[in-house]
Amino acid sequence: MYVQMEHIYKTFDGFHASSDVNFGVEKGQLAALLGPSGSGKTTILRMIAGLDRPDSGEIMINGVRVNDLPGSKRGIGFVFQNYALFRYMTVADNIAFGLEVQKKSKKEIKSRVEELLELISMQDLGKRYPHQLSGGQRQRVAFARALAPNPQLLLLDEPFAAIDAKVRRELRTWLKGMIGRVGITSIFVTHDQEEAMEVADTIIITNQGRIEQVGTPDEICLHPQTEFVADFIDAARYEALAAARVAKELSYSGSQKLKSRYCSH
Amino acid sequence: MTKREQRTYQQDIVGDGISSIQKVREPRREESGQGIRYLLIGICVLFLFVMLVLPLIVVITNALRDGWAAYREAVFDEYTVKALQLTLLAAAAAVAVNTIFGVFASYLLSKFYFRGRQILAALIDIPFSISPVIAGLVFILTFGNVGWMGDFLKAHGIKIVFAVPGVILATIFVTFPFVFRELFPVMNAQGKDEEEAAALMGAGGFTIFRRITFPHIKWALLYGVILCAARALGEFGAVSVISGHLRGKTNTLPLHVEILYNEFNTTAAFAVSSVLVVLAVLILIARNVVEKFSRAKE
Repeated sequence: MYVQMEHIYKTFDGFHASSDVNFGVEKGQLAALLGPSGSGKTTILRMIAGLDRPDSGEIMINGVRVNDLPGSKRGIGFVFQNYALFRYMTVADNIAFGLEVQKKSKKEIKSRVEELLELISMQDLGKRYPHQLSGGQRQRVAFARALAPNPQLLLLDEPFAAIDAKVRRELRTWLKGMIGRVGITSIFVTHDQEEAMEVADTIIITNQGRIEQVGTPDEICLHPQTEFVADFIDAARYEALAAARVAKELSYSGSQKLKSRYCSH
Repeated sequence: MTKREQRTYQQDIVGDGISSIQKVREPRREESGQGIRYLLIGICVLFLFVMLVLPLIVVITNALRDGWAAYREAVFDEYTVKALQLTLLAAAAAVAVNTIFGVFASYLLSKFYFRGRQILAALIDIPFSISPVIAGLVFILTFGNVGWMGDFLKAHGIKIVFAVPGVILATIFVTFPFVFRELFPVMNAQGKDEEEAAALMGAGGFTIFRRITFPHIKWALLYGVILCAARALGEFGAVSVISGHLRGKTNTLPLHVEILYNEFNTTAAFAVSSVLVVLAVLILIARNVVEKFSRAKE
């Protein structure tokens, strides 16, 4: 396991944000923390990043206990929900920031920034400021900025929440493709089951600060282990949703493929 | 930028619905609204004339009543110059202390969550709600000869009340919340995501402040500094209580005006007042320039 959470507890002013959280994510995997709002998924992500401290329990990254390590020493990249791009810096400066802090040479920074701008297909937009970009472009910059210092683990907090529904699906595919191409272990938070099903290799379902179930999308769909999961993952609705979408935009063979991926019987 | 690039750039911005060019709408002209508009304008102009313009005219005409020579004599009088120096010193000290304090306090209260946050924020506002005279008395009771710390200060030969340190302390006290009040809403609205993002990339506290926080707050900071300076220059109540009115020693410009006026030296009083007016106008201009620039940068 690349990331391992063991018996994590966390309370905020008496509110149990995490109670006995246990799960692991394997190297190279793309995992989704899925649950209703207030179920503690963002807290888990922030604890892995070192932005919040667990009250008790162990956080292991690559076999090392990181509880007492500051976030900047954990080898992670973090994409914030609203991207938190530095608004008074250009796109290129945003991406370069992490490298400048690490005191990399000017030449190295320049070539890395160019490489990342190319990766997100924004070579010509390096001199723009964040407020001159569309939501999707901002997300891509946030992604590139998080990747710039070559982290081993990428954490994304509701990466699609700030993007309007129309382009969301397109970005989802793009992000999954990118993460696959970079080959980085990633964990993202979402409250949208469709999103989790479509993007993740592993889904971790959270509810009231607890982990309800961990498994592949198929496992979660076909064998929900708790009543909550069965309720939350509405398989029938999901199938209908997929079918409706398919009828609209995909071929028949596509529909079969989708159905078999999501809970076919 | 080539023409083509420029076009796609504009398309991008407009296409994404984040056009930075806002259409300036003509106010709707309704017949019934016209009357009210002129009435309100009339009230405003009348009010401003009676409250601001008329007193200003009185100050200037009275100051020059006995001619330029008398004016110059009053303004370049030894005690006036000393009072001006002390006023500027106190204002500079207040601005320096309150800028540092205001930045720290608003950083603390906007970026960290802890018990008693709200109480602390309320405490900072106390100088706004307490009468400056009472503030001056509090300092006398604390640092004066019969005061709480009187024996300690006397033993160490430190003089605060009826001395320059007291004047500076009182000025700092009354101008205490200005920078904080300007900065806090701006910092609070910024949130802490950008700072957290920078920290996660390994940036230290000072780098984060210099590169992330400061560019965001600089105009609000400057605006707060200007308001603080304006208030410090004009402070009368607290300083009046604590200074002891020692001419050439603890007299500030507003106190000097009062002394001259009480001595029936009206022309000199108005002449010295006009110096304060000039300072106020300079600050007003600075304020407007800052406001214009900060809006242009948004």
